Amino acid sequence: MPKHSFLLNGERVTVDVDDDVRLLWVLRDVLGVTGPKYGCGINVCKACTSHVNGRAFNPCSVKVSALDRDDEITTIEGLPGTAPGPGLHPMQEAWIDRDVAQCGYCQPGQVMAAVALVRQVRREGRSITDADLDGIRNICRCGTYARIREAVRQGEAAM
Amino acid sequence: MSETAARAARPRTEADPGRRRFLGYLLAAPTLAAAADLSLGTATAPPALALPSGPQPAEVYDLNDMLTDATRPTANLITVVVHEDGTASFELPRSENGQGIMTSSAMLVAEELDLPVSKVRVTLADARPELLFNQLTGGSNTTISTFTPIRVAAAIAKQELLAAAAIVLSAEVESLEADAGVITAPGGASVGYGQLARRAAATSTRRVDVTLTDRADFKVIGTPHNRTDARKAVTGRKEFTLDLQVKGARPTMVCRAPTLNGTPVRVRNKKKVLAMPGITHVAKVSTGVAVRGKTFGQVIRAVRALDVEWKDGPVAGQSDADVLAELRAAELPLAVPALPAGAKTVDADFTFWFRSNSALEPNCAIADVRTDRAEIWAGLKSPITAHEEIATRLGMTPDQVTVHVVQGGGSFGRKLFFDAALEAAEISQKMRKPVKLMWHRTDDSRVGRTHPMATSRIRATYAGSEVLSFEQRHTSVVTDNSHGLGELITAMSAKLPVGEIGFAQTIFALTQEVPYHYGLVDQQLDETDSRFNTGSMRNIYSPDTCTARELVTDQLAEAMGQDAFAFRREHAKDDRARAVLATVAEVGGWGRRMPAGTAQGIALHKEYKGLNACLVEIDCRPATVDRPVRDGVTGPRVTKVVMAVDVGLAVNPRGLEAQMQGGIMDGIALALTSSLHLRDGHFLEGSWDNYFYTRQWNVPPEVEVVVMPDTTGEPGGAGEFGVASTFAAVACAYRRATGRTPTEFPINHRDPLAFKPKPTVPPIPQSPTNGLRRY
Repeated sequence: MPKHSFLLNGERVTVDVDDDVRLLWVLRDVLGVTGPKYGCGINVCKACTSHVNGRAFNPCSVKVSALDRDDEITTIEGLPGTAPGPGLHPMQEAWIDRDVAQCGYCQPGQVMAAVALVRQVRREGRSITDADLDGIRNICRCGTYARIREAVRQGEAAM
Repeated sequence: MSETAARAARPRTEADPGRRRFLGYLLAAPTLAAAADLSLGTATAPPALALPSGPQPAEVYDLNDMLTDATRPTANLITVVVHEDGTASFELPRSENGQGIMTSSAMLVAEELDLPVSKVRVTLADARPELLFNQLTGGSNTTISTFTPIRVAAAIAKQELLAAAAIVLSAEVESLEADAGVITAPGGASVGYGQLARRAAATSTRRVDVTLTDRADFKVIGTPHNRTDARKAVTGRKEFTLDLQVKGARPTMVCRAPTLNGTPVRVRNKKKVLAMPGITHVAKVSTGVAVRGKTFGQVIRAVRALDVEWKDGPVAGQSDADVLAELRAAELPLAVPALPAGAKTVDADFTFWFRSNSALEPNCAIADVRTDRAEIWAGLKSPITAHEEIATRLGMTPDQVTVHVVQGGGSFGRKLFFDAALEAAEISQKMRKPVKLMWHRTDDSRVGRTHPMATSRIRATYAGSEVLSFEQRHTSVVTDNSHGLGELITAMSAKLPVGEIGFAQTIFALTQEVPYHYGLVDQQLDETDSRFNTGSMRNIYSPDTCTARELVTDQLAEAMGQDAFAFRREHAKDDRARAVLATVAEVGGWGRRMPAGTAQGIALHKEYKGLNACLVEIDCRPATVDRPVRDGVTGPRVTKVVMAVDVGLAVNPRGLEAQMQGGIMDGIALALTSSLHLRDGHFLEGSWDNYFYTRQWNVPPEVEVVVMPDTTGEPGGAGEFGVASTFAAVACAYRRATGRTPTEFPINHRDPLAFKPKPTVPPIPQSPTNGLRRY
């Protein structure tokens, strides 16, 4: 069985699994990292949104063999470690403060998407606009969208 | 009897002087355990047997009265336990799927026990067959039916803690103060609940009585509280069924037929698929061919590789138009009343297409079936019925089967059924291995339950400024009620004010209420065609019937030359209705000038012991409608929503607001974008890039929910309550913005498909590999 190695939430992991198994299943079924959720498996619902080298991506649509040894994967479990201080990431705190979650199934992906969005607009030298919020593709079937919009802006201010 | 009189006639015992005492139990247990007994609890207004012509059945006895009454005989089994670590725990015999009932239940315990909410641990009870009807989560009934028993159990616990503390502190019980889990005597000596938990425990079970906290003294109830699982949810630590690690329960999926509910005849390449990497088992089951393996990725590949001979399902070859023709053939006639001279008629006819009630968490379950016992884990809103049916399917006695209720990733009616749990049990038995079953999203969308397609016809007559009659004939594909509600209705039928009219008609009669004085009101349901996998979606009939009614209400107002808001206010049956209407009109700026192609809409809804009104603004201008978006539908944009909601007493106003916001997003989707298309025996929509539930680009930039002050002292329902009035208000706004009365919902159903349908063979798509390039 082929071996694959990459960095996951700050630690090196090595797995024995077929090349074409998508990273979501390597995380969930092989490594037991269940923060990223399955909602579609085809890169449309965004429930599994995580970060690769700091940018948002969907592990349901990446073969494990496509990762390089030095690629840094961050899931919701590793997000607090990317922010200064011992507590949660400011975006997670904003989510808690705004009481965004209902069932919570999509929320790890929503938080990861929000953090990546803030980083993206900062790279572009600007702040989040209504159009950016309209462009968030993560589905929330509970309909928490209005609170997500508030929390993203609050998290942006605290990041 | 008017609505107001009906309410006033109910006993308002807790507010009475000489406060009402409730009976409960102390249970023999290692630490303090108190249970509630409602055999002498608050009575619901008895249904009037001879109904005057004015009120509809739902006005005197509605679905929630039935659900609440059905829980009464067994409510004494609701138990609060105090532990030595100073916490209290409560096993809620309901299903949490995001509604916030674990939080609100913790608040009820905290209130009566004088303990911080953070020290109250609420978990979900396993299926408990002895609870009979008291473990069904539906009809937005949880808080209505558990409000008193939970508080009684907690109050008894506190009473016993005080009695135990009096001995420990050598003080009179009446002199003690309980606060935040500590009991203090006048001299300042104190003792914590944890230290009293054993001392206060009963050695034999006995009845006790207790007085509940006066409403005026509520410190927790009625105060906004964040969800108790908020931190877990945003750190990835909240565990759903698929996240559970049950020993040996490996990823399992089912290969399904190309036509809805088709069945497998034989597998042509079982050996080849078994030899694929990671695959451990392949088994033909009643619903398809199950595959078990090491990772879901490998199982997906194996499902796609299966070569199966199928027997067609019962709707093979059928399409939307065929079902519509069937509904038309089943429609009941409208009875034309004798009209006085000068009376006029408004006739309307609406079609509501199939809609998917998929949650974001797909159908899933874990099953570990051995020769002599079985254990099941799933999100289940009717676990007792699930437990019975699973035992039957497995050929076991009920006591050989344990069913664990896991928190669900959304339900919207879907988890009233247990399709995945039953299927997982069958598969595990056949494979002789534990399985973690997950439906692929494509199966969940195409084969999972749908909200039935329906037509709603209305004939209203009027003369001058009076509405003389209002008839509504709702004709629907059969809504499956086999989740336990049917049995409940049978058991309660003698009490119901509707006579022998069948399950669906009973539910219809107990949920439908026209909140306006419209003269002779007559609403009837007829059902046809039970070949589909159906269920309710965040409310049973009302989003459709309310939208039809409110559109006709706008037409009546127009015909009489009246403003849509003023007309509603004048015809509303009670003050609560007028208050929510006036609130949204004021907060939302009703009647403000708006550019052509944009407009406001307003609607009113009454259900679940409450009333709400919704005001929306919509933008139907081409520049908005035609905004480009990848793999999505834009369409008209709702730019503002103001909802005023009166549920009586809001236990957790923040949770209520969240439920209304969610209902708003559902209402927008139902009006504008989300439906299933039946073509040639299967539904075309295969994922979230085909089924257009509200997305951020459809979300109103302004959403405001106003929680009205307590009007009744009793909690009403919340979970489904926001959908109907939003759906209706969006439809009314669209009509005013475009000048066209929409007659089909969602309005885009007959537009050219906004997606390319995925294949049906293989039944599920392979995951793309573009995730590093495309986000």
